[in-house]
Amino acid sequence: MNTRPFLGWFVSPAGLVAMGLLAAMLAVFQYSVRTYVPGTLEVGGFTWANFEAMLRPLYAMAFWNTVLICFETAVFTLFLAYPLAYALVRTSSPALRSFILIVSVTPLFLGEVVRTYSWMIVLGNNGFLNTVLLKLGLLDRPVQMMFTAGGVIAALVHVTMPIMVIMLAAALSHIDRNYEKAAESLGAGPIRIFMTITLPLSMPGVVAGFSTAFAWTFSAFATPQLIGGGRVSTVSTLIYQLGFSSFNFPFAASLSIVGLALSLAVIALLKKAASPLERMAGTT
Amino acid sequence: MRRSPGAMLLRWSGRAVVAAILLFVLLPGVVVAISAFNDRAILQFPPQSWSLRWFWRAFSYADFAKGFWNGLTVTVWASSIALLIGSAFACAIHRYQFVLRDLLEGILLSPLIIPHYTIGLGMLILASQTNVGRGFPLVIFAHVVMVLPFVMRSTYISLQNLDTRLELAASSLGATPLRILFTVTIPLLIPGLLSGWLFAAILSFNEFTATLFVSSQATQTLPVAMYNYVREFADPTLAALSVIYIVVTATLLTVANSFLGLGKILNVDAH
Repeated sequence: MNTRPFLGWFVSPAGLVAMGLLAAMLAVFQYSVRTYVPGTLEVGGFTWANFEAMLRPLYAMAFWNTVLICFETAVFTLFLAYPLAYALVRTSSPALRSFILIVSVTPLFLGEVVRTYSWMIVLGNNGFLNTVLLKLGLLDRPVQMMFTAGGVIAALVHVTMPIMVIMLAAALSHIDRNYEKAAESLGAGPIRIFMTITLPLSMPGVVAGFSTAFAWTFSAFATPQLIGGGRVSTVSTLIYQLGFSSFNFPFAASLSIVGLALSLAVIALLKKAASPLERMAGTT
Repeated sequence: MRRSPGAMLLRWSGRAVVAAILLFVLLPGVVVAISAFNDRAILQFPPQSWSLRWFWRAFSYADFAKGFWNGLTVTVWASSIALLIGSAFACAIHRYQFVLRDLLEGILLSPLIIPHYTIGLGMLILASQTNVGRGFPLVIFAHVVMVLPFVMRSTYISLQNLDTRLELAASSLGATPLRILFTVTIPLLIPGLLSGWLFAAILSFNEFTATLFVSSQATQTLPVAMYNYVREFADPTLAALSVIYIVVTATLLTVANSFLGLGKILNVDAH
């Protein structure tokens, strides 16, 4: 052991934490196949009924809604985050660079509650957007933006932007600029250079960013709960209602197991679909 | 070098797009800041009259004060424990092969993709089965699990930038492994460890979803108190609190940027 000093000391605390996390996940699995006993926190015997109940339209719709919202959010986030990440990596002014970095990263550290609350003021019937549009004469009465899927998506895009910018910027900053210079010297225009060199080489970052945005949105709770106001039902809001309004922890557990499996499956599918692109970027 | 009108147009439209996106990111913060100074008790835009009274209410509301101190307790413990455990583990991963290495790493990084409500629910069930109760140890443990990946990541990055020849030099001069660890390795890693701690602390202080599941009335943190407030009241108190939040966070990050280099920490610096 002389060649590996402290290995045991370095690994065992982490091992304990991993065991705790594993135990918590096992607890969820275990509860998902137990019977709900109304009015208590105790659970009954073994059953598959929780998973069968999920085939009911109400729950199937919530899953479908969640996947759709996550997908739309990830797409919008990608289109907004890419120009920002590009500007962040390629600007020559250090001041502008710091400004873009601080502005795009600060929201990440504000937490979901503060940001969701801010969006409630922006989207409300007496809120910022409605007031501005009414004053400009573009609307004659307030448009309902709270409690709609569109409102939820707008706020979720804002929530996932920073992580997407960071991942795209990391990919863009590792591109060898000589490829672009070579293309330029051969007479390619800026759009052509971007489409044939920069964009393909940044694909690993795009895939990583997209999957992370998807996973984050899938686990978002405060945003769909507060902006959706119970009218946009997602997996996370259902789990909370089942857990804390009816104390049906077994059903909440089975919903979160299926939710987790679904989210992992979509991410794995994204990775698979993008692997030709990643190989293209990897050959350089 | 002369630029064609087309290239200039492209350049300026690119700038306009970036400015518009920055505006989208900044908009909610600006709107919240203006609403916080609204004198009326309902959220309305633009405010008709101005006052600071919601700031006073944010400071005097008991749940917020308690949530703040609870949150600070949880944050300091969780990010310090995560720093010790996570950076040691990252060092071991970086240098050695050992049994279950990849499995352990996978489990510890999994909170990045497992929804936080699943983790929260699991910890809540586990706690009720083992009669642990929703005290501070449970909340702190949940936070350690969730910030550990970020600490590990920042330690990996500083290990990659570490010159191992310095350790070899110390070793060839006869220093024991323990002495090398404390006089060479740890001092060289300190900027990375500090930034990892700061990131973990900010994330832990703001963690909401899992905390909602594992905390009780007595252990609720500030984001949970804020969430409960927004469901009960519609006045601008939360706007005032959000402004304080945004100012403090942006200041911390600006300081971190000038001392530690945010770009380097996040691995987005151009090469």
